[in-house]
Amino acid sequence: MSANGKDLIIRLDKVCMAYGGHQVLFDVSLDVGKREFLTILGPSGCGKTTILRLLGGFETPTSGEIYFEGQPFSSVPPYKRPINTVFQKYSLFSHLNVFENIAFGLRIRKQPEGVIKEKVIRMLKLVNLKGYEKRSVHSLSGGQQQRVAIARALVNEPKVLLLDEPLGALDLYLRKEMQLELKNMQTSLGITFIYVTHDQEEALTMSDTVVVMNQGRILQKGTPEEIYNEPKNVFISRFIGESNIFEGIMPQDGEVVFCGKKFPCVDKGFSRDEPVYVLIRPEDVQTVEPHSGLLKGKVQSVVFKGVHYEMIVRENGHQWMIHSTKSLKVGEEIGLYFTTEDIHVMKRNGAEP
Amino acid sequence: MKTVASRETRNLLQYPYLLWISLFIVVPLVLVLWYSFTTPTPTGSYEFSISNYRRFFEPVYLRVMSRSILLAIEATLICLALGYPAAMIMVRLGSKWRNTVLLLLVLPMWINFLLRTYSWMALLGRQGVLNQFLQWMGLPPQYLLYSRGAVLIGMVYNFLPFMILPLYTSLSKIGKEQIEAAEDLGANRFDVFRRVIFPLSLPGILTGTTMVFMPAVSTFVISALLGGGQDMLIGNLIEQQFLSTGDWHFGSALSILMMVIILISMAFVSLTDKGKTFEEGNLW
Repeated sequence: MSANGKDLIIRLDKVCMAYGGHQVLFDVSLDVGKREFLTILGPSGCGKTTILRLLGGFETPTSGEIYFEGQPFSSVPPYKRPINTVFQKYSLFSHLNVFENIAFGLRIRKQPEGVIKEKVIRMLKLVNLKGYEKRSVHSLSGGQQQRVAIARALVNEPKVLLLDEPLGALDLYLRKEMQLELKNMQTSLGITFIYVTHDQEEALTMSDTVVVMNQGRILQKGTPEEIYNEPKNVFISRFIGESNIFEGIMPQDGEVVFCGKKFPCVDKGFSRDEPVYVLIRPEDVQTVEPHSGLLKGKVQSVVFKGVHYEMIVRENGHQWMIHSTKSLKVGEEIGLYFTTEDIHVMKRNGAEP
Repeated sequence: MKTVASRETRNLLQYPYLLWISLFIVVPLVLVLWYSFTTPTPTGSYEFSISNYRRFFEPVYLRVMSRSILLAIEATLICLALGYPAAMIMVRLGSKWRNTVLLLLVLPMWINFLLRTYSWMALLGRQGVLNQFLQWMGLPPQYLLYSRGAVLIGMVYNFLPFMILPLYTSLSKIGKEQIEAAEDLGANRFDVFRRVIFPLSLPGILTGTTMVFMPAVSTFVISALLGGGQDMLIGNLIEQQFLSTGDWHFGSALSILMMVIILISMAFVSLTDKGKTFEEGNLW
């Protein structure tokens, strides 16, 4: 987004981080735009929480610099940063009730009592906890505690809100509801959200921009559509959504060979006869009559998944996963069909599928 | 069948303990109560009387009581002032050093209480280590021993670990996350202490205060050895009634009164703390 002319708010410039000789971030560079909802997605231990801790001011980068609105930021202590965090474990103050938890930041800033009361009540309304002012935080459910944590951060009207897997402890229904609520809040308040999660669906649902990380490095940055439809490598395609991945060869641009056949494709920029990986999403494969398909196969298994059926089709030594709303019979001979746009060619980069 | 049998065994097992506490706690308490409400008659029998209690309200004895309480409060406050920073430093030490310091703190308790108090006589005495040091510096020797200050030093020295340990326990329970959350919300180090660390350590303060105040208000050894019997404390007064004056009736009444005063003050301390939900760290 920042590249599209939006104002930058945070810039990470070749940030490295090591804890006691163990390096967790390698040359991480990242631009975050104002009012952007940016999600850092990656498996646990990939360094995503470390980035949040660096932004919150709880760690100082080993090398590189963080800029906030153009100013170097690394040496600014946490309490002087216009950034608030919703912590993974909520970290509510156990000695304070709901009202005082939310009022904490305002009291530190010595706001008048009337202002505090008005703002806290407004926040409670926003997170749907009206009437919970006097409750002890121990008496709240996980979802309620989580909303208190969000209210406690948002009430300070930060320029940037950091969220560290805030929905991890919630059940599926509440999580979906909170995803919507968070996205609505972000849009209506116009605050930059930097959201860390290992849940790919969450990342795709809420974000303007998704950053995929693994082992301390940023692998790809893009809109949810770009990340899903054009993953840069096998790791990303496996991490986001289900995928069929085949070994293939690019004889030349616009042409790829896999599963023993040559197909036209839209991918360019490969050297002659370069070995590649080919990705086809399960929902992009259509099942047709055997004679009208591009490839022929035999249905091996059918599993009902709610919205769709997940079927495994054996095709000449390859296994295909297919998602379809119509069920087939096990043992049925079928044809597989997909369009040129459904074929995504990825460089090998030494990565195993 | 087996569970029933084991429950019976368990029930049997409590009798030695019940016997023990009734013999050594309940019976003596009842005796003390009986003594406190009786006076000997000329005929050699006893009659019910509240004169022992009335006698306590004579100014001499009231002064002894107020002196004891004041001294105990002073000792408790000094212990708190010394103990709180010590506990905070201990929490921040690495685990290796922390255990060493904890050991050093507990180590003196393996030596007899009396011996430790005697050693302060050797330190503070006319020919004691401190005075020899003062003379070596070319300063005149001071009368350090047998003073109110010496008693206070003795109390603080003996009871300081009882302040530090509960403080250390409650401070070490405060999670790093809560402190980081406070910093994140704009709290500098002072705000973090005032609004997070201190309120969360209140249970430890309460326990420590109780554990220092109670032995301090009732001590008679420290005031006898280091105070030289000049400033009589309630503990010394009771000891005197039992061992030298032989008035067990007045001594018993004094003991009961002191117990009541301690109970009231402790109840008051924990009442001021009510409304806050602490699951642990309380004595009551």
